[in-house]
Amino acid sequence: MDDGISGRKPAVVWALNISVVLLVLLWLFPTLGLFVSSFRTGDQITASGWWSAMFPAEQTVQLRVADPDDNRVDLGNGRFMVEGNIFEGEGFEGELEAWAISSRDIGAYQPGDTADMGDGETMTLQVDGTYRWEGNDDQISGRAQRIFLDVVSPPDFTLQNYNFVLFDESNSEGMARAFFNTLTVVIPATIIPILVAAFAAYALAWMDFPGRALLIAAVVGLLVVPLQLALIPLLSLHNAIGIGKGYLGVWLAHTGFGLPLAIYLLRNYMVGLPRDIIENAKVDGASDFQIFTKIILPLSFPALASFAIFQFLWTWNDLLVALVFLIDASGQTTVMTRQIVELLGTRGGDWEILATSAFVSIAVPLAVFFMMQKYLVRGLLAGSVK
Amino acid sequence: MDRDGEGAMHPAFLGIITIIVGVGGCLAYFYGSNLFLDKVLYPPKGPNAGRNINRANQIRPWLFLLPAILALGLYLAYPVFATLRLSFMERGPGGVTEFVGFANYTQMFAEPKFREAMINNVLWLVFVPAAATSFGLLAAQLTDRLSWGNIAKSIIFMPMAISFVGAAVIFKLIYEARPEDVAQIGILNHLYLTFGGDTPQQWLQIPFWNNFFLMAVLVWIQTGFAMVILSAALRGIPEETVEAAIIDGANPFQIFFKIKIPQIMSTIVVVWTTITIATLKVFDIVFAMTNGQWETQVLANYMYDKLFRANDWGMGSASAMIIMLMVTPILVWNVYNARKEMR
Repeated sequence: MDDGISGRKPAVVWALNISVVLLVLLWLFPTLGLFVSSFRTGDQITASGWWSAMFPAEQTVQLRVADPDDNRVDLGNGRFMVEGNIFEGEGFEGELEAWAISSRDIGAYQPGDTADMGDGETMTLQVDGTYRWEGNDDQISGRAQRIFLDVVSPPDFTLQNYNFVLFDESNSEGMARAFFNTLTVVIPATIIPILVAAFAAYALAWMDFPGRALLIAAVVGLLVVPLQLALIPLLSLHNAIGIGKGYLGVWLAHTGFGLPLAIYLLRNYMVGLPRDIIENAKVDGASDFQIFTKIILPLSFPALASFAIFQFLWTWNDLLVALVFLIDASGQTTVMTRQIVELLGTRGGDWEILATSAFVSIAVPLAVFFMMQKYLVRGLLAGSVK
Repeated sequence: MDRDGEGAMHPAFLGIITIIVGVGGCLAYFYGSNLFLDKVLYPPKGPNAGRNINRANQIRPWLFLLPAILALGLYLAYPVFATLRLSFMERGPGGVTEFVGFANYTQMFAEPKFREAMINNVLWLVFVPAAATSFGLLAAQLTDRLSWGNIAKSIIFMPMAISFVGAAVIFKLIYEARPEDVAQIGILNHLYLTFGGDTPQQWLQIPFWNNFFLMAVLVWIQTGFAMVILSAALRGIPEETVEAAIIDGANPFQIFFKIKIPQIMSTIVVVWTTITIATLKVFDIVFAMTNGQWETQVLANYMYDKLFRANDWGMGSASAMIIMLMVTPILVWNVYNARKEMR
């Protein structure tokens, strides 16, 4: 296909490739940022942008030396000292670049330097973290001395966010319940409209009856009716007939809202099936029901798959319908989109939680997207290009 | 449903039962009703066999269509009229409703927040379809003859699978602002400071321009859709027209704007209107990112506020009707085209 425009100059080819690379990066970066952030701890996220996470990161940490009252050694002449390793028990990975004893002059000393803290009090810190703190009785007592360390740590990723968001029992804002709730909404809300629509689409494509054209026009019209209009009347209706807020209501609502597209897509596809097959089957004495289940349904698989993906993505990603028809005051039936909106309110700054929760919710649609992209594209083309 | 924890069915279990009952019910209905028609009501035998077959074939389409018609009627057609009625009503104490004419509408038009939502919605309607279609067209044209074009397309198309809420989190991270003296973790502020900005900006709190930062989310999502459709349309252009232009000495820009675009104009219109409809209904992005604060209100979120926060069904329904009114031209146009095609 590369010979499309003959005699293209290499410079043009380069410019073309570079502009597409830029475009792709622009579209990929937002998601990548979320993805990378979900594997970093909260401290890492606030210390540096996610784009620097692939490179060694410099950060300033504050640690204390050992408690002087328990650990000091009497050197005689009223001098005392504390020795130890500042990294002990910290599980710290990384290299010490510089250090300080006051937050006002971060990075004041190099590893190996001795800091003069006044009145004969000194602190020495080696690159491996061993320190020696020396001074008189007053100085080496009470609170342990703080040290501010500039540490360069290698790229470091963790699964602890996922563990916390998905499996931690103590986390009341976890995504596990919401994940199953979303699944519970999505599966019936995808399958039921397909069945209902497939029969209707067959009737609209291959059966003759008065009012057919009118019905098709109605379906086309209903395609664009905003579901916002349906909220209050249907919620009242659900309350009146005793469904109230719950799964049944949200399944029915998704079925209703998904049907126009389902019928439209399937009918367009079925109309294009060869007439001979159907007429031959009729001559052989097959009933419409048999033709539909034995011939039309298997042949329509691509269109069925297309719609199934649309409806799956739409119901999985939906927020409004779930808010109105499903989630009641108890919050037991919350879905992932709603849970994330809640987290944006309550944990607005905790990016490790937000990023991980968001990624949990978009991982499944992304997987479906990449596996079924062929059908998605086909469906889009069938639905839009006429 | 049993709601008190103990003894309540696990939702997943409930879901499986529903699938079985729902799917089984659907199948049983279609199979049973057809069987009833053929075996009991109008069996194709006996003295009236011919007449019975005809009658059965007259009824059968309606058996196939009945569930769909019921669902469409109840969940989409009826609400249009019910909402229209509610928009002329005021719900008084004790759930008593009374007819108030256009009072809800006049009250709504007088509200600054509604006017803000209208203006913002118009802004969205102008900017989002234009930007998404242009980017989509650009991506389609650039990737058309590229050896790795399909991978590029796949990535640009990917945001389509991401929920508005997920995208809201993604872009909030991009727009994040931290105090001046610490590292910026939002890439926009990082770039802004790197290229000479003085202080980190709260992008979503700058009136007027914050609308564009919200729209960027929808453009990011919709561009892939536009690209996929337009890419197919570009492929459908007859080679001869392009070749003839090359022979006549047209440069690539002339070929693109003078030869290709006119030939795919009808597809561009379809893409544009489809994105327009999606834009008109946009709710999640604003709801999750600003909730209409800092002058970013849009109609769908305004309506949600009225319905479920202020509990004002009258004005909520009135604003829903405004959204309906705005899609009506597209609805009429689509129906007109569909009817024209069927003749």
